[in-house]
Amino acid sequence: MSVLEGKELRIVGFLCNWCSYGGADTAGVGRFTQPTDLRIIRVPCSGRINPLFVMKALIGGADGVLVSGCHPRDCHYAEGNYYARRRLEVLKGLLPVLGINPSRFEYTWVSASEGQRWQHVVETFTARIHALGPAQAFAGTTGPANHNRADAMVS
Amino acid sequence: MRIGVFICHCGSNIAGTVDCAGVAQRAAAYPDVVYSTDIMYACAEPGQDAVIAAVKEHGLTGVVVASCTPRMHEPTFRKAVERAGINRYMFEMANIREHVSWIGKDVEANTNKAAELVRMAAAKLRLNRELKPKSFPVTKRVLVIGGGVAGIQAALDAADAGLEVVMVEKQPTIGGKMAKLDKTFPTVDCSSCILGPRMVDVAQHPNITLYAYSELEEVSGYVGNFDVKIRKKATYVNWDKCTGCGLCTEKCPSKKSYDRFNEGVGPTTAILIPFPQAIPKKASIERDYCRLFNQGKCGVCAKVCPTGAIDYAMQDEIVEVKVGGIVAATGYDLVDWTVYGEYGAGRYPDVVTSLQYERMLSASGPTGGHIKRPSDGKEPKDVVFIQCVASRDPSIGRPYCSGFCCMYTAKQAILTKDHIPDSQSYVFYMDIRSPGKGYDEFTRRVQEEYGARYVRGRVSMIYPKGGKLVVRGADTLMGGQVEVEADLVVLAVGGEAAAGSPALAEKLRISYDGYGFFMEGHPKLKPVETNTAGVFLAGACQGLKDIPSSVAQGSAAAAKAIGLLSRNMLDSDPQIAFVSVNRCVGCRKCIEVCPFKAIREIDMRGQPKAEVIETVCQGCGLCNATCPQGAIQLSHFTDNQILAEVEALCRF
Repeated sequence: MSVLEGKELRIVGFLCNWCSYGGADTAGVGRFTQPTDLRIIRVPCSGRINPLFVMKALIGGADGVLVSGCHPRDCHYAEGNYYARRRLEVLKGLLPVLGINPSRFEYTWVSASEGQRWQHVVETFTARIHALGPAQAFAGTTGPANHNRADAMVS
Repeated sequence: MRIGVFICHCGSNIAGTVDCAGVAQRAAAYPDVVYSTDIMYACAEPGQDAVIAAVKEHGLTGVVVASCTPRMHEPTFRKAVERAGINRYMFEMANIREHVSWIGKDVEANTNKAAELVRMAAAKLRLNRELKPKSFPVTKRVLVIGGGVAGIQAALDAADAGLEVVMVEKQPTIGGKMAKLDKTFPTVDCSSCILGPRMVDVAQHPNITLYAYSELEEVSGYVGNFDVKIRKKATYVNWDKCTGCGLCTEKCPSKKSYDRFNEGVGPTTAILIPFPQAIPKKASIERDYCRLFNQGKCGVCAKVCPTGAIDYAMQDEIVEVKVGGIVAATGYDLVDWTVYGEYGAGRYPDVVTSLQYERMLSASGPTGGHIKRPSDGKEPKDVVFIQCVASRDPSIGRPYCSGFCCMYTAKQAILTKDHIPDSQSYVFYMDIRSPGKGYDEFTRRVQEEYGARYVRGRVSMIYPKGGKLVVRGADTLMGGQVEVEADLVVLAVGGEAAAGSPALAEKLRISYDGYGFFMEGHPKLKPVETNTAGVFLAGACQGLKDIPSSVAQGSAAAAKAIGLLSRNMLDSDPQIAFVSVNRCVGCRKCIEVCPFKAIREIDMRGQPKAEVIETVCQGCGLCNATCPQGAIQLSHFTDNQILAEVEALCRF
């Protein structure tokens, strides 16, 4: 059992180590209560994120994927987030073609000091995914049984 | 692999909302996990010892600790597992405190989430490889950028510790803002008397090389081995020949130049030595004001110079130095207060800034230490000080408190009384912020002993009336309006990051905040480090602060640099990119995206291949996500490792 049946959906987060992961830590230190659906994968930089990671998660059974990095101009590695922004923007356009509702994917910028902003991002994104409901299972994947409801396609 | 899992209670921080024993029980069933337990405080000495004992007892080859954020204790546990005899990179952390127990109260959901994060960490750990750092030699030389009091302190401390120091100062003299001050609070001792000898020490120290009137052009390289290019701006005076006699400044016919050092209080000459105690005491020509450069004929200074030091054909020069560490101490500038219409927006000559007033008070200033109204040269009797000008004002994007204005205003009110015994000072303030040693007593003294009248309220307008300026403001304690007829108005203008700070930060590859102040590594625990290894911060460039704090931070930055360069060899972080040459097709995409120029093309039996320069790579992984072949991988964050985490979360 990965998520609590009926309570949680499967949301995967990819966060850069320097800003957003720190921001999520700051939110924790500040005890900013958040929904429990999100699981965070730490990467050094948002520029490290291959869009295929996001695809792999969505095809593999995630109901939503959230990417967060440093604010533009504030990348620890100078320009990694600019590359991330271009790649992820292209990915957004590609998702409908693959039969995935692009609303299931979002990217955002949160700095290490923005604990409250992180709480807001998690609350908003989790609410959005809950509004969409569980994602449709792809043929050949071993998603849980309740993941069979087809999504409304967005053109 | 034999994995051991340790679930930390962190007292009740985690155990309060996570069933730690339950998580440990679930983790025992994960692939390759041979040992799983919960533990009271994993980071404490008994906790670390328990991890080490378990490694030995169960023959563990990998360890997962589920506790706080890896940004806190990853280094702690890496050292612990190393002590247990396994490679420090055969370790993963699951963040079940900041990301679980502290952000939710539902024990069932938290326990489940914690178990998921442990599954993810264990899945990644199964693909971890032993990584070993490489050693490289360091250059035992420090670059100090900025010659204010913080930079001077850092340079002297580092030089006294035996390091070579290269100091770069933008202005023709070191000394920074402190050199412009007449007296310092709360002791009212003479600023140049305490700073002057330090400046001389910089000039005379055998380990310090000073580049005045120079700027940082370019920085490349990495901690221990930075390659720095310094632009020595043309002064049109050969400083090797200049003796600082000052004859040229006496004879220069262009006497209307802006006096930068004296904040424009009175004009100066186009060729000048900024002030008598300047270090280096050398003349330089301000090209914009020089008649020879602007009208094509003059050349008086060249004629009178007894050593023939004037060189109108001088060009900027680039100097290259290699340094091991860098201290940024670029200080602050005053905010442009002329945005305020209510204070006259610069229309009234008798409204001056606190720094201009400081120059008027100084015996070596343009007025010889006599306070004179700029408009008519008369001695003022009623002096109004307005605090929080361009501080604590969100409307101009400066919501922060500059921190030192309350204190220097009190000092200036005291000095005003000392200079003109029959004068009366009025201070408009918002709050008096004086939290330093002897500071609050000082602000009381100015009111009780020196009779300065403190009015709590803002000024709404200043307008001229006769020869005076009427200052109209609110008195929020009395609940009414007040008007003071002033001879002179002094604005306590707040500070902002020095002009060009963001551009310098980008050269140094350090972060800066929304106001342009450089970001420290951690607001509490790393106050002088930055997130770029080998670059340290001192003084107001990190955030506005007064002289004692700047000096303390200068010493702290020097101590960090000394500590770093006390070693002959440094270890490089092995979490860097590596290339599988079989897969590399030599497309050069990684070379183009690398922000650090850490990848170069090599020729391998006629085939172009990428090669990572290990000491330059910072481990961002941009190349990894760019490579169409998956040939270049970031160690410790390979595609397979990240995908294993994704799988662990999605497949179960």
